[in-house]
Amino acid sequence: MSNSAQMSTAAIRRQMLAEFWFYFRQNRGAVVGLFVFILLVLTAIFAPVLAPHSPATQYRDALLLPPFWQEGGRAEFLLGTDAVGRDMLSRLIYGAQYSLFIGIVVVSIALFGGIFIGLVAGFFRGWVDAVIMRVMDIILAFPSLLLALVLVAVLGPGLTNAMIAIAIVYQPHFARLTRAAVMSEMKREYVTAARVAGAGNMRLMFKTILPNCLAPLIVQATLSFSSAVLDSAALGFLGMGAQPPAPEWGTMLAEAREFILRAWWVVTFPGLAILTSVLAINMMGDGLRDALDPKLKRS
Amino acid sequence: MVRFILSKLLYLVPTFLGITIIAFGFVRILPGDPVLLMAGERGVSPERHAELSAQLGFDKPFIMQYFDFLGRLLQGDFGNSLVTKKPVLTEFLALFPATVELGLCAIIIATLIGVPVGVLAAIKRGSWFDQLSMTTALVGFSMPIFWWGLLLIIFFSGFLGWTPVSGRISLMYFFPQVTGFMLIDSLLSGQDGAFISAVSHLILPSVVLATIPLAVIARQTRSAMLEVMGEDYVRTARAKGMPSRRVIGVHALRNAMIPVVTTIGLQIGVLMAGAILTETIFSWPGIGKWMIDSISRRDYPVVQSGLLLIAGMVMVVNLLVDLTYGLINPRIRAS
Repeated sequence: MSNSAQMSTAAIRRQMLAEFWFYFRQNRGAVVGLFVFILLVLTAIFAPVLAPHSPATQYRDALLLPPFWQEGGRAEFLLGTDAVGRDMLSRLIYGAQYSLFIGIVVVSIALFGGIFIGLVAGFFRGWVDAVIMRVMDIILAFPSLLLALVLVAVLGPGLTNAMIAIAIVYQPHFARLTRAAVMSEMKREYVTAARVAGAGNMRLMFKTILPNCLAPLIVQATLSFSSAVLDSAALGFLGMGAQPPAPEWGTMLAEAREFILRAWWVVTFPGLAILTSVLAINMMGDGLRDALDPKLKRS
Repeated sequence: MVRFILSKLLYLVPTFLGITIIAFGFVRILPGDPVLLMAGERGVSPERHAELSAQLGFDKPFIMQYFDFLGRLLQGDFGNSLVTKKPVLTEFLALFPATVELGLCAIIIATLIGVPVGVLAAIKRGSWFDQLSMTTALVGFSMPIFWWGLLLIIFFSGFLGWTPVSGRISLMYFFPQVTGFMLIDSLLSGQDGAFISAVSHLILPSVVLATIPLAVIARQTRSAMLEVMGEDYVRTARAKGMPSRRVIGVHALRNAMIPVVTTIGLQIGVLMAGAILTETIFSWPGIGKWMIDSISRRDYPVVQSGLLLIAGMVMVVNLLVDLTYGLINPRIRAS
């Protein structure tokens, strides 16, 4: 009996996955986005193998060399070199590690914190809910980048603090979404049934209700991932994120600013890398939303 | 309606108090003694330290300090800058018009292009125009605007030489700041070429700042239009033989605009964050650049009060958006 029940659960899960993939595949952009994102992940993982040079090595005989197809460019530095003679391509490849790392850390902190806060607020309601939601409103009243900047000013510039600051700023979005989903699920009969059957608060919150609230959270997590990449690059650009000589794309742009009118490549490529990865993740997010939200499937 | 406004205002009070607590707490969380911090590298003698602590109220308990801070705020005293020694409010008000001018131009560009593009994309759903405009919108939405600004400078200022790289107006022109808005002041001055110079300085920064709101407005308009066009009253209007232009312009667009107006209003937060980056790139003397400069100069009173003023402003604009929403959509008022 239990064996057949388990098999059917597995079959349902497979069917759900197939259905998800069916809807996801409808959106061509989403598939392209997924493909680019996988490439980005592979680039980050195999950076030491792929990069032709070390990201920190300075070739003193090759300062501000243009890409290889331009006059003066060299084949060993495919995308040229920066002002202190470091290979642009290698730095861009290693930069993918930073972007992915930042995205994963920020989204994890914001997601887990937000889910916990939202669950507590939506489950217990009353004054707990009122206090938590007012605090979230307060955080949302500040423009996100400004609050992140001020938090970094308090904590001290650097990558870790920048990630913490961005995660704190993103948290309310997850908390609000979770709370709304929990409140609508609480009215369902299966929750009442579980409560009558004697399930405790913890079990009700995390095992009964939470799994049914995940769809909007997954979409929000994807969108926050791309925003995190963008905002951390902005902080790096303003000198408040990753510090030189880290090959983080935003920091690379900040270092390149003074050369914009004489060396286009030091400015163009890091920005293009940020744009491509953010765009790919957003395209993926659009597809995920279409596939996970039954209301949007029909429109 | 009065009850609706009052309930919204009442709702703001705890949020505003929370913002003041954050702004107050910010300077207190900073490691180190605030008096030493303000004295800077010169240092301060123990007697002077005690005197300053008493003068600034740092010897009182935290809670008393907070109430003092709140009391001063209510009297309009936002403290003085450590660097310029001027009142923070005076500096804020002097720079504020520059940011408002930039923000207004950006939101006008974003709305004037975004709404028609969204409407057209919805009407021609699935066409090449729909696909192209929505792909472009997604690119715009994903754009690191600090890089976008640099690219525009390389192309329009460096390569073509059409626009200046930074500032609000050419140094050749000098006239009194009547309104603080460069476009209006340059016109009032009557000097030849001053207005053109102001426009050419404003154009690139406003395009950069408009990029993300434009993408958001175009996407939102399209989806709102698509939703409305599936409604019964639109079908009825079509069925009774009303010309397509009138159905879309009168019946669909007016109802689709309700969420779009909210979206436009809510872009103020996005604009403030964008202004920080845009003003830094184009050396635009507004609130965003002022905040960045103050953070890097560790001018904490400015950062503290600037944060408070900006958050307060965003809050007031959001309230106005809420009220407008209630005004154009009676259902919201009732609930």
